[in-house]
Amino acid sequence: MSKPVKIALAGEGGQGVQSVAQILMDAAALEGKEALYIPNFGIEQRGGVSIAFVQIGDEKIGAPKFKIGDIVIALSDRAVRRTQMYVGPQTLFVYDSGIQGVEGDLPKNAKQVLAIPALEIATKKLKPRVFNILIMGAVIGATHVVTLDKAKESIEKRLGYKFEKNPELRELDFKALQEGINLVAGMGVS
Amino acid sequence: MSETSVKPGCPVAGERKVFMTGNEAVCWAALAAGAEIMYGYPITPQNEIMHYWTRNVPKFGRRFLQTEDELSAGFTTIGGVLAGRRAFTATAGPGNVLMQEPLSMAEAMRIPVVVVIQQRGGPSTATVIYSQQEVTLTCFGGNGEGLRIVYSTSSLQDLYDYTIKAFNTAWKYRFPTFVLGDGYQAKMRESLNIYDPAARGIDMVPTEPFVGKPGKIGEGREAAHLRNAYSVEEELEVAMARDTSEYERVTPEIIEYDSYNTEGADIVVIAHGIVFRSAAMAVRELAGQGKKVGYFRPITLRPFPREQLQQAVARAKMLLVAESAYGQLLKLVKENLYGGPCNLPIKTILRPGVGITPEEVTEACNALLDGKGA
Amino acid sequence: MAVEMELQPKMPKCWNLATKPHKFCPGCGHGLILKALGQAIDDLGIQDRVVFGCDIGCSLLAWDFFNMDTVQAHHGRATPVMVGLKRANPELIVIAYMGDGGGYAIGSQHLVNAANRNDKITMILANNTNYAMTGGQMAPTTMPGQKTETTPYGRDVKEDGYPMLGPEMVAAITHEGTYVARGTVSKLLTLKSYLKKALENQISGRGFSFVEVLSTCPTNWRTNAEQTWAFLEQTMQEFFPVGELKVPPEAAAPTAPPGAVEGEGE
Repeated sequence: MSKPVKIALAGEGGQGVQSVAQILMDAAALEGKEALYIPNFGIEQRGGVSIAFVQIGDEKIGAPKFKIGDIVIALSDRAVRRTQMYVGPQTLFVYDSGIQGVEGDLPKNAKQVLAIPALEIATKKLKPRVFNILIMGAVIGATHVVTLDKAKESIEKRLGYKFEKNPELRELDFKALQEGINLVAGMGVS
Repeated sequence: MSETSVKPGCPVAGERKVFMTGNEAVCWAALAAGAEIMYGYPITPQNEIMHYWTRNVPKFGRRFLQTEDELSAGFTTIGGVLAGRRAFTATAGPGNVLMQEPLSMAEAMRIPVVVVIQQRGGPSTATVIYSQQEVTLTCFGGNGEGLRIVYSTSSLQDLYDYTIKAFNTAWKYRFPTFVLGDGYQAKMRESLNIYDPAARGIDMVPTEPFVGKPGKIGEGREAAHLRNAYSVEEELEVAMARDTSEYERVTPEIIEYDSYNTEGADIVVIAHGIVFRSAAMAVRELAGQGKKVGYFRPITLRPFPREQLQQAVARAKMLLVAESAYGQLLKLVKENLYGGPCNLPIKTILRPGVGITPEEVTEACNALLDGKGA
Repeated sequence: MAVEMELQPKMPKCWNLATKPHKFCPGCGHGLILKALGQAIDDLGIQDRVVFGCDIGCSLLAWDFFNMDTVQAHHGRATPVMVGLKRANPELIVIAYMGDGGGYAIGSQHLVNAANRNDKITMILANNTNYAMTGGQMAPTTMPGQKTETTPYGRDVKEDGYPMLGPEMVAAITHEGTYVARGTVSKLLTLKSYLKKALENQISGRGFSFVEVLSTCPTNWRTNAEQTWAFLEQTMQEFFPVGELKVPPEAAAPTAPPGAVEGEGE
């Protein structure tokens, strides 16, 4: 029985980690896969770090939360510290290289730690608002949990109403997705 | 009784696969079951049941009342049922504590209310997230004998299925009926099939008003005098004897459970609710490796599938009880093993307020099989 | 028995004859309130549509008082049960009947919020300045200096505050469509007219109706007939003024027969 891929996405409120989780999950559904998504919520989240737990696999998922993720992505300094607990020897730990002052807080026990210039690329090459889609691309690039086609279809489903008013946004999002995939692919993820 | 405002036709046509949250699934199940009115008070993690319900109220001709607290939510739900409506409420944690007062009245007066509980951490405010610590409260809360029916769900499919079923169980047997979920099931999103009960051949048990029936009093109908207070001790004894014997009589029809590979198992893992998922995954994996491990899952925690549990563990050498509580399921298991193999060693994974992963159950089973955990 | 029947020839039609004489103590005001209520219900011809909800406390003894659909609730909870019923079937006419402890202490949140939501129900609250069923403890309405089992030296307003002014509070927090009055068992015709208006206000769908009734409890007051009446007419009425506090304009028409004479026990 194949194990599901376990993904934890953590950031500050407004960074869009929960939307990314939902789009990923919808993509998995389009793929015909099983998926389970649960956010941290309530007083757990208010004023704290927003975390999305996503699992994607071929069969029904077991427990909704997990102890150790296959990929853990932290998008702020607080998120880097908060997500330590989900990192183990099988974890690929990804964080944004623009985050300052976390060198001493990076996990020591991860399989691999990756700093990606996601925010920089989003800001300079694209637009800051597609940062989260770029992160989604990075997740797909590292895990291949869903195909690029289904990822695009899922984005279309969720954001289509925005694209109607602003078709450029579609192109921007799809570019961000590809940038994210390329970013990780070029960094020798094992 | 006035005509129902419910618009004809089931809000869920036929059957389809969806990905949604548990709270949304409960709402659609209640709509599909023909629930007419919901009463509720905000508490995490059940709020979205009310959110989805209120959005659908005008579309499907349903009703909603936001009350001043859970005491009121419970008592107004009783009022809704007395009017002959499929009425329900939902709560959690400290709200469930307050809900026990109205629920004890419903128990005493055999009022078929349906209550969805999305368990959170306890005691007190604790966490708004998740736990399995409301088992004892939900099964036996109130100053009485726990004459209720409690379904413990372990997936969003269960939440949908048992919410529909709860209305039928409640109205058929006239005992308050609970759907016992938790914060994880409430907030997580996974796949399930939603359906029109009729499309699966499920008939909804008809409702009837307790008061305000048509006709003139004294001409074709008597006035209803419904009470929960007795002047004389013996009156109460008679009423309790009637209700407890009725409860015992219908128990075999109500109890539900699931078991796997218990026949030749050395270890039987016992779990309910969402922890059962981890138990099931671990046990199936171990069984696949040829290890002598099985599981038993009580679906109805009240009434408890006593004989089925005793049969399932008859040849086991050891039990492993896993729950996100400090021994609430364990207490039910011990009580229900009496008269059967009640001297079996019981090992436990007791983690109040936090989830239990399949890996943890696997590890515990392997340790026991290796003789390390003994 | 025969004598009593002759003294009370006009038993309301909606009373349950099988349970008379009633179970209240001699001199208790409940029987009078329920007589005025019974007459109001008879006048309106609504016996078949009423659901009478009684609280726990002495009011629970009214559970089989009427030949009408009746539901016993818990202490303080007649209000939410009746709110739930009315919301589920607005064609019913629901009455929540309770004492001062049930309405102003343990069930005060239900009173305040039903009033605030303008629930179309009728609440009738008997104020006899104490918890009577439980043996005469202090209630929110106990008079300053009044001795009860839990204020054996008299209610000290510095420790326990002043008696609660329920109708005044309800009048203050409600908006249009609400009917609020305080009656007394010493003026039964007026009380009946208040109760009738309170029911009509519900029937017409205008809104929430609340009637507090000053009542008597000689058993716990430990008073004789004369002292009982003096306490009701003087001590209580000095603090709890009788009259209508809020009347929707449409409901202002008098329902008491003009020129009717108020008398003791009517």
